[in-house]
Amino acid sequence: MSTPATPLLQVRDIRKTYGARIGCTDVNFDLYPGEVIGIVGESGSGKSTLLNCLAGHLAPDAGEILFNTRADGLKDTLKMSEPERRMLGRTDWAFVHQNARDGLRMGVSAGGNVGERLMAVGARHYGNIREQAIDWLDRVEIAEDRVDDRPGAFSGGMQQRLQIARNLVTGPRLVFMDEPTGGLDVSVQARLLDLLRGLVREMGLSAIIVTHDLAVVRLLADRLMVMKSGHVVEAGLTDQVLDDPQHGYTQLLVSSVLQV
Amino acid sequence: MTEERPGVETDAYNFAYLDEQTKRMIRRAILKGVAIPGYQVPFASREMPMPYGWGTGGVQVTAACLTPEDRLKVIDQGADDTTNAVSIRKFFERTAGVETTEHTTEATVIQTRHRIPETPMTEDQILVYQVPIPEPLRFLEPRETETRKMHGLEEYGLMHVKLYEDIARHGEIATAYAYPVKVEGRYVMDPSPIPKFDNPRLESPALQLFGAGREQRIYAVPPYSKVVSLDFEDHPFDPSKADHPCALCGAENTYLDEVIMDDAGGRMFVCSDTDYCATRQAEGHRGAQSAPFTEAAE
Ligand SMILES: Nc1ncnc2c1ncn2[C@@H]1O[C@H](COP(=O)(O)OP(=O)(O)OP(=O)(O)O)[C@@H](O)[C@H]1O
Ligand SMILES: [Mg+2]
Ligand SMILES: [Zn+2]
Repeated sequence: MSTPATPLLQVRDIRKTYGARIGCTDVNFDLYPGEVIGIVGESGSGKSTLLNCLAGHLAPDAGEILFNTRADGLKDTLKMSEPERRMLGRTDWAFVHQNARDGLRMGVSAGGNVGERLMAVGARHYGNIREQAIDWLDRVEIAEDRVDDRPGAFSGGMQQRLQIARNLVTGPRLVFMDEPTGGLDVSVQARLLDLLRGLVREMGLSAIIVTHDLAVVRLLADRLMVMKSGHVVEAGLTDQVLDDPQHGYTQLLVSSVLQV
Repeated sequence: MTEERPGVETDAYNFAYLDEQTKRMIRRAILKGVAIPGYQVPFASREMPMPYGWGTGGVQVTAACLTPEDRLKVIDQGADDTTNAVSIRKFFERTAGVETTEHTTEATVIQTRHRIPETPMTEDQILVYQVPIPEPLRFLEPRETETRKMHGLEEYGLMHVKLYEDIARHGEIATAYAYPVKVEGRYVMDPSPIPKFDNPRLESPALQLFGAGREQRIYAVPPYSKVVSLDFEDHPFDPSKADHPCALCGAENTYLDEVIMDDAGGRMFVCSDTDYCATRQAEGHRGAQSAPFTEAAE
């Protein structure tokens, strides 16, 4: 906690274009262990593009993404072999999709969904896998007697909590989230945010959260990056940026929220 | 290129129906399969004069393996006399003019659907399986691009998710057919819909070849390959043995079929491997329902 630690993630000059159109460009930042960074900006500003580049789902055109691996220290994830990167995706990294259906196996029980990552890294004791699955369902407030139900039988909020359990069960160090509360009712959002905040603190997780919703970053993010047209136009501590925005676009963003 | 074969009924066909170029293509796929045990090799499956689902993959592999000196046996669910088995046997009698047999011990090539013969096989034999769905991961991951990647990177956690679901739902691994195996510590393979009872005999002195016609895949288990049925530490693989002996030959260690005997619902359990059962009976073994030695049964 107190070590003036090496960043967990160092992002350097990331650029991704779609033909002539800019997805995101010139993105630079460091993420420290236990830190949560929020990425906000209007629709089409490049948030998802950036997140998918960071998580290895998209190949950027340029830049470096250095991750502090357990075994070998800082490594450029873009230069890793595919097996190595996929292994990170199953162990130290987690990805929470906006649409739970994209992040869950709908044909598999809740327990199987949570257990999959354990089995993917070699767990072969049914009783232990099930016990851990039930423990994680409990941590995301899903009752034990739902462990054999398929996600289709769950509400949207429950599906999202299941997706979170499925991702966190292997104790990742870095979680990517794309609009994790999008599409949910306001009261359901609030409960999910509470839960996420608790888990992030308890597990000392580092996270990068993409959202439209300034209330989400206010609650979860230590620092904030504001994106517009593929560029990061402002970055800083969340409270500072929200309370004293410097860039004209951020000022607009903040004021438009206040009107809601 | 073409071989002239005296004794083949119709000279419209090349030996064993397929032209030599096609057979060479299939043999290359087979060799690659043997070199990489359990790996699904794509091949350009040909139209055969029988519908898919009738073992066109197995037939093409058999055609590519047969030599004029071979003796062929064809079984379907263990029996030599079902429509499927008879028509495939006739097909090769006509197109290859090879000898055929119903005896496992006399056959050099055996094409099978759904069973491994009970009689232990030897190094001089080839067992050819008809495979409907070669991809064991498809149940949970329908995307072919993704399953290929999983095989390539040896990411097999998903296979255990399927077994997990089985136990969660049924209290035990309920998969009774097409029970997934890992071959030579590397590739996870679907052994085709044989009963899991047969899985231990996948470790065999014989060469085993698998042909999927519609799916255009060939794979192989070379002689003496290590073949491990997947399981959990606390739910070990159980090939499960029938709890009664064969009613006809008294065998206590074979895979049994249930046979309805009369309209009154009378039934008995008999060896699914008809050659094995008949051979035992010819040797004098008797089961509870078998006819006495001399009198005819009523
Ligand atoms: N696959 C693609 N092909 C072409 N252009 C794309 C593609 N994906 C995104 N873009 C473009 O890149 C830019 C950034 O899109 P991105 O999806 O990253 O925005 P976003 O900030 O996540 O938006 P939203 O808030 O609506 O999710 C947009 O102009 C978008 O149209
Ligand atoms: Mg987006
Ligand atoms: Zn018998």
